[in-house]
Order: sequence, then structure tokens, then C-alpha cells
Amino acid sequence: MAITNEQIEQKLTEKFGETVSHFEDTFGMLCFEVQKEQNLKLLQFLHDEPELGFTFLTDLCGVNYPDDKGRELAVVYHLHNLVSNIRIRVKVFTAIDEPNIYTASKLFAAADWMERETFDFYGVHFIGHPNLKRILNVDEMDYFPLRKEYPLEDQLRIDKDDQMFGRG
Amino acid sequence: MTDHHIILPEGSIEKQTTTLNLGPTHPATHGVFQNIMELDGERVVSTEQTVGYIHRAFEKIAERRPLYQITPLTDRLNYCSSPINNMGWHLTCEKLLGVETPKRVDYLRIIIMELARISDHLICNSIVGVDAGAFTGFLYVMQYRELIYEIYEEVCGSRLTTNIGRIGGFERNFSNTAFTKLEKFLKEYPVALGELESLLTRNRIFMERTIGGGAISAERALNYGFTGPNLRAAGVDYDVRVHSPYSSYEDMEFDIPVGKTGDNYDRFLVRNQEMWQSMRIIKQAYEKVQSFKGADAEVYHADVPEYYLPKKEDVYTKMEALIWHFKIIMGEVDMPKGEVYKSVEGGNGELGFYLISDGGRAPFRLHFRRPCFIYYQAYPELIKGAMLSDAILTMSSLNLIAGELDA
Repeated sequence: MAITNEQIEQKLTEKFGETVSHFEDTFGMLCFEVQKEQNLKLLQFLHDEPELGFTFLTDLCGVNYPDDKGRELAVVYHLHNLVSNIRIRVKVFTAIDEPNIYTASKLFAAADWMERETFDFYGVHFIGHPNLKRILNVDEMDYFPLRKEYPLEDQLRIDKDDQMFGRG
Repeated sequence: MTDHHIILPEGSIEKQTTTLNLGPTHPATHGVFQNIMELDGERVVSTEQTVGYIHRAFEKIAERRPLYQITPLTDRLNYCSSPINNMGWHLTCEKLLGVETPKRVDYLRIIIMELARISDHLICNSIVGVDAGAFTGFLYVMQYRELIYEIYEEVCGSRLTTNIGRIGGFERNFSNTAFTKLEKFLKEYPVALGELESLLTRNRIFMERTIGGGAISAERALNYGFTGPNLRAAGVDYDVRVHSPYSSYEDMEFDIPVGKTGDNYDRFLVRNQEMWQSMRIIKQAYEKVQSFKGADAEVYHADVPEYYLPKKEDVYTKMEALIWHFKIIMGEVDMPKGEVYKSVEGGNGELGFYLISDGGRAPFRLHFRRPCFIYYQAYPELIKGAMLSDAILTMSSLNLIAGELDA
């Protein structure tokens, strides 16, 4: 019998108490937050506990909420239990001036590049990552482009000379 | 004898290995991939991949675009099977907007998606043949991919980057020509696929080149986040079409082929079998499409006026239709708030869309789960100790698509 979202929630609250919160059901997927000091313990628990068995890391990405003071950056994990076919979403929030989160790359080999990508675009520093450097952008880049503080180019700007591209 | 000496750099005699820069634009790697390899003779000691040469910041661009303007971005992910990406994106939007699609639309989508899967696997498998020294198969199957592209062309007007479909269905009904072309493909393609198989599957040279190369165990493959044919070749029967059916895949009868060793040969076999299964699915879907009668047989989109573009004739002649057209194209219609993750079985694995909407015209955040970005990490482990030429073969048998890798 597959475990239900309520049972997962109950199990996690029993084990982690206050550190897991904001449980909600979004389009059938259980979604919750965990304090950043506990993220690795939680992932390990989800991975090892036979009843939970979230052994497959589907996705890992960053999100920037500029208006949420003290928790501007989020790292979102999508985990999948392939046996019972349940997906959950775990979020870890951190302040933008102290973006340190423990790496999950020891637990999931798949997390290695996805964490590098998150570092590349959001500047989240993954503590203990074996090779935390930029992956898609150039090494010399000195900002984190997917943060909301870097807007896309204004489409109405007039100072650009596009004559060479036939758009003069 | 003269006393000429070649002066070697310090430490070069002691160095036992050769460093080789393979790529970024090497003719043997199909796409923009760079690998810095340490070689001992012809054996690979270690390698480090460099990615990002065609990074186009799709995730950032998507944060300013309304839904329909993101569809062309998804084309350029895995461009060997862009209809799957387009439909994955439209399914994501439909999930957020709560749109229910009619059955006929689902079946038509299945036909197109399975055609795309065939064209994707066909390229990958024949390229594996090329890298093993058999160019003939690759050239030969091109004309069958052409048949698929002609069907796309008939349905949406373009061939490679298709931008096919709309939220809720298709932009127009399938014409009779499209169905005729589909029938032609269904009749001719099995013969060619059989020929490709007989060229390679039991070919001594091909078998010796591929068996045992680039093998990965099921456990490591799962840990590395493998999905799609690469994971199934390692023996795990995970398929999004079966595990979380979308677009009425639950109505279809098909098998999931699995391999055992996860090596290049098993990946080749799994892809081949999947093409046969796709043919099965297309036939069933086509039968179901034909079984609709009367008004049901004309349905090709769901009733979502807020997101489905009005007919072109109406846009040119009626004011209301013109207004709606403009509103949809310019993104004047706000999306509901919410967070959605939707995934489809792409040509090379689970293609996921993670969409966060804050109720505006454009996504607050859109993340693509690109299967080959995730499984390309395993490449050094796959080729460690292999010959350089087998490393090339392993790369093509992983079905890496540079556009998807770099997003």
C-alpha cells in the first residue's frame, strides 16, 4: 500500500518537529519547507527510510524571492519514490547575504551539476560540494544572472547601434 | 653527427599521460561538447566535460514572456524531437490553468509525440552506427525521418523547430493529406526499421564495438538521475508515460523494453524496441482517432477562449476576435497563481517543467528539467579505462543534444 501525503507529513513532523513546515498540496504533489540546517538530514531520512524511499532526485533548482526579507533564495528539490510513484517537493530558504546550504551531492550523484547550475545562476553556496564552480556561464562572470535584481535588457532602449545587424 | 638536441619542457618526460582537448567543435562529437581528456596511449584515464557553449539563458528570457512566446524556446531544447517539448510545455500550462482536453486531441497529440520519439531514436541509433563505422544506415534512414517531417509540416507548417500545437489542442485540424502521409509512413517505415536492425543488431563488428562499452549499473544510473532509454537499458522500467500518464497514454497498450547491462549495445536495442512500440501506439491512436464520428471527428482543441487563439479568418474580419488575438499574443491575460511540475517522456528521458506563477503575465520562474544535462555527469565514469574511439561511441549512444544540455 502506497504511503499517502498525510502519512508522509505525519512521519516527518514526528521526526523533525518544528523544522519542517508549510505543508501544502499543490496539484496533488506534497510540498513543504525545511530549515536549511536540517536539509541534508531530511534528504537522508527520506532516502533511507524504507517506507518513504525517496531515492531518486528528479530536479534541483534555485528560486529568488527578492521581497521576502531574510529568505530571498530558495533551493527546490523534486524527489521521486519510483516504487510507489510518489513525488514530493522540498524547499529550503536562505538569506541572500548568507547563502550557505549543505550539498546533497554525496547522497545523489545527480545533484552535482544541478547544484553547480544553482550556484552559477543564484550564487547559492553549497557547503561540501566537491567542485563548486560555474557551469553554463563563463568563469569570469562576477554576478548571478537569474537573480531578480538583474533585469532583462529594456526592449525600448535607443542607445544601441544595431546597424550592423540590419536593424538600424 | 651533429649535436642537436630537442629541449623538452621541464617534467614532460616524467608525465605518463597525454592531455587531449576533444572539442568543442570536433567532427566526431555530434554537437558542441568539449572534453579535456587524460589519455594513457589510447585509453582514457580521466576526463572533464565543459558545457555551456550554446547557453542561451532560456530560463531568464522566459521570465518576461507570456505562455505562447515560451513555446518556441522549448523547440530549441531537444531539437530532434521538438514536438514532445512543445506539448510538454502546453500540458504544463494546461495543468496550471486547469484545462481539460478532449480525447481526440489527446490521441492526435500521441500520434505526433510518438512520431517525434521515432525521429529522435532513429537519429540516435543511426549515429551510433556511424560512430561504429557504418555510415550507410544513417543516410538510408534520413528519408524516413523526412516522412515524419512532412507530417509535421502538414500539421503545423514547420519541420525542425515545430512550435506545434496550442494550449488546449492544435492550431488546426489534421488535413486528409496529413493522414495519408501518416498511413504512408506506417506502411513504409517498418520495412526500413527492419533493414536498419538487420544491418546492425547482429553485425559482428557492431556488436564487438558496443557490447560492454559505457556500461552502468541500475543503482548508479538511478543515483545519477538517468531517465528514459538510458535508464531502461540498465534494467529499470521507469517510463513517465506509464508512471504518470498524460495525454491519455493510459488508453494505449504498449510494452516498456528494458535492457540488462546498461551498455551501448543495450541502449541501442532499447531504442530500437521503443520505435516498434511507438509504431504500435501510433496505430492504436490512429484507430481511435478514426473511430470518432460526426461532430466529434472535427474536434481539435479544447474550449478555452482565454488561451486558445481565435481563427485567423475571424481575426481579420471581426473586432472581438482581433481583440482576443491581441490579448493572448501580448500576454494581457494573467495566469492564475500556483506552482506546477509536469513531466513528459522526452526522446532522451524525463523532460520536466517547473513553473512558478505569481499571477502575472509571464512566469515568475520557469525551470526546465533537461534529462541530458543530468545524465551527462556520468560520462567520466562511463568511459573510464575505455578506448578513445569507444568514448566517442558512448557519447553518441547517450543521445546527448547540445541544445538541451545548455538550455
